[in-house]
Amino acid sequence: MKLLLKTTRLVDPVAGRNGAFDILIDGERIARIGGDLHPDGAHVVEVPRSLVVTPGLIDMHVHLREPGQEHKETIATGLASAVAGGFTAVACMPNTEPINDQAAVTQFILKRAAEAKLARVYPIGAVSVGSRGEQLVEMGDLRRAGCVAVSDDGRPVLTALLMRRALEYASMFNLPVIDHCEDPTLKGDGVAHEGAVAGLLGLRGIPGAAESVMVERDIAMAALTGGRFHVAHMSARESLRAVRAGKSAGVAVTCEVTPHHFTLTDDALAERGGYDTNFKMNPPLREAQDRDALIEGLRDGSIDVIATDHAPHHADEKALEFDRAPFGIVGLETAVSLCFDRLVHKDVIGLPRLVELLSAGPARVLGIPGGTLTEGGPADLSILAPDLSVTIRASALRSKSKNTPFDGWTLRGAPAATIVGGRVVFVHPEAGLSALKTAHPATR
Amino acid sequence: MSTLTALRGRHLLGIADLEPGEIELVLETAVAMKEVGTRPIKKVPTMRGQTVINLFMEPSTRTRMSFELAEKRLSADTLGMTTSGSSVTKGETLADTARTLEAMAPDMIVLRHPSSGAPHQLARICRASIINAGDGMHEHPTQALLDAFTMMERKGRLNGVRVAIVGDLAHSRVLRSNALLLVKMGADVRACGPATLVPPGLDRLGVRVFRSLDAAIEGADVVMMLRVQYERMHGLYLPSVREYFNEFGLTPARLERAAPDVIVMHPGPMNRGVEIDSEVADGPWSVILDQVANGVAVRMAVLYLLAGGEEGER
Repeated sequence: MKLLLKTTRLVDPVAGRNGAFDILIDGERIARIGGDLHPDGAHVVEVPRSLVVTPGLIDMHVHLREPGQEHKETIATGLASAVAGGFTAVACMPNTEPINDQAAVTQFILKRAAEAKLARVYPIGAVSVGSRGEQLVEMGDLRRAGCVAVSDDGRPVLTALLMRRALEYASMFNLPVIDHCEDPTLKGDGVAHEGAVAGLLGLRGIPGAAESVMVERDIAMAALTGGRFHVAHMSARESLRAVRAGKSAGVAVTCEVTPHHFTLTDDALAERGGYDTNFKMNPPLREAQDRDALIEGLRDGSIDVIATDHAPHHADEKALEFDRAPFGIVGLETAVSLCFDRLVHKDVIGLPRLVELLSAGPARVLGIPGGTLTEGGPADLSILAPDLSVTIRASALRSKSKNTPFDGWTLRGAPAATIVGGRVVFVHPEAGLSALKTAHPATR
Repeated sequence: MSTLTALRGRHLLGIADLEPGEIELVLETAVAMKEVGTRPIKKVPTMRGQTVINLFMEPSTRTRMSFELAEKRLSADTLGMTTSGSSVTKGETLADTARTLEAMAPDMIVLRHPSSGAPHQLARICRASIINAGDGMHEHPTQALLDAFTMMERKGRLNGVRVAIVGDLAHSRVLRSNALLLVKMGADVRACGPATLVPPGLDRLGVRVFRSLDAAIEGADVVMMLRVQYERMHGLYLPSVREYFNEFGLTPARLERAAPDVIVMHPGPMNRGVEIDSEVADGPWSVILDQVANGVAVRMAVLYLLAGGEEGER
């Protein structure tokens, strides 16, 4: 079965494409990309002028919760959420139960992902056994099983020595070490950004320096070892300053930022009657100066990736008192809308840079296929609707958990359709793409 | 005189939600309530038939007793629930506890809770009026109101009064509520404590932060001492009790810098010889026991106003 997408705008900065191209998909792969291709028996779909086609979006920081915490999310529900958010691939963090610190867990995740037949899954293995910070995991075995990076996410890589050895060891397998940078002593039992808002609300603070001291430490270890270090969910302006300095010194450091950190500030903690646990995440929402610094980093190219840190939690868990409720929010289904509304439509970045941040950037950091469309390569595409206004409804999310701070927000821009390996796995009902849904028998 | 006759809100979650006129209304109402306490029969029928639940999920003696006495003097039916022996120790969540209590249809719930914001979360679930009796490090609004009432009794005004609040500022809900109230009422509010125990954002409230006790006390009309938890005295906040007393303990000699008619306040319970010298606590400056007595009157005023004020008497 062949499908010919006739587009008015394909944006693929890696391939140097930004304009009208036809994309011929043959089975799981892209057969040809060019101007005005002959249908040659393919089913032809005209993509409306209002839509943009991009290489498949990749979210490199997702918590799928399975195995072990299926009451929050399963691999199937998490991937349904991913494709509805426009993502063709996700990388999942290892803090499941058991932790993904051995090949058997990695293989289980990949088996479940294959059964779901939605987005691709790239597992991230733990750095240390049980993420306890004591003993390195068998990275060679994990790499062979399918892991594309290592991280003790949820916790920092505990000591400078462990980070050093992890970077050295992971470099044998060309795996980046992703660190949840947070000095545990400075974090203490903090639950919100240490600033005026938390001070007045009586919430224990986590200073920006709790993150940046570890970013600085890890950059020093990356410089020492030559290993690749990636900063997870960077939130503090001091951290960005450190990353910029590291990059200009030639250290292999990259970083990601979440949509909630470039959208919200800690002022949200005092809104809606105060203490809404859907504004509780780690790292915490920081102050306007940090948010604005992150936006500048997205604009000037210092930030490599936008990732969601999709962290589903059950409503009962989020209904606890603010200081007892778990950290984290879901993000897969709101990311694209926030990127358009807050970045593209506010002229912070253009479409090519958006594709860099959501597709090419994460593919490069993880060393995985994708990030660009190539003839003979997998047919993973996202179709985006920059001007489609959507109102976020927590209850309508595909994710099993509904812990979003954006319930009721109306945003301009949304995912229109998602194609993974030639299969149409998501079509937005208002995107004017009903022809696409009927075009492919593989569609579910 | 306040031009208001009722509070705008259904709950008392914090001083942050009150307008100056509402604060005046509570203080004026408390004057009448205090008179009730001087009668041979210290009881009025205002809240007859109304049910108040005192939900105390953190140890408290004086605040709990003060609320209970206030409720009884207003003829409310009261019942108490404390953490020990309740379902809370079995792992019930605040939300479930709230729904369970709600099913008993109380008119008011007085909540003391170790988590900042717990009353705000309860207010989103319950139909009953919620009175915050202290939430974590956030607010303790009735304490600030009774402190203001005591200052009014002694100074006749709040506007322009110089108040120094001294001690563990970071962990103190008494500080936050007092600072909010006093700034709203035009007082000159100064805060002083060890640099390890100063929360961010006080300047945003309009409070001046002093590093030296002597500078903070200079010309003060009121010195309010805050309790310092003993467990914070030996570690990374403070090196020792001895050092704390040397730097921040209130002694008669230090009080000489204050205004001649200075009053000394403490929300209790006091650590004698730690933040306050016994000579000061028991001396002529001290209004600490007045605060306790006034607490009942002020809480009666709050209960009365939230119960519907004059409407409740019909």
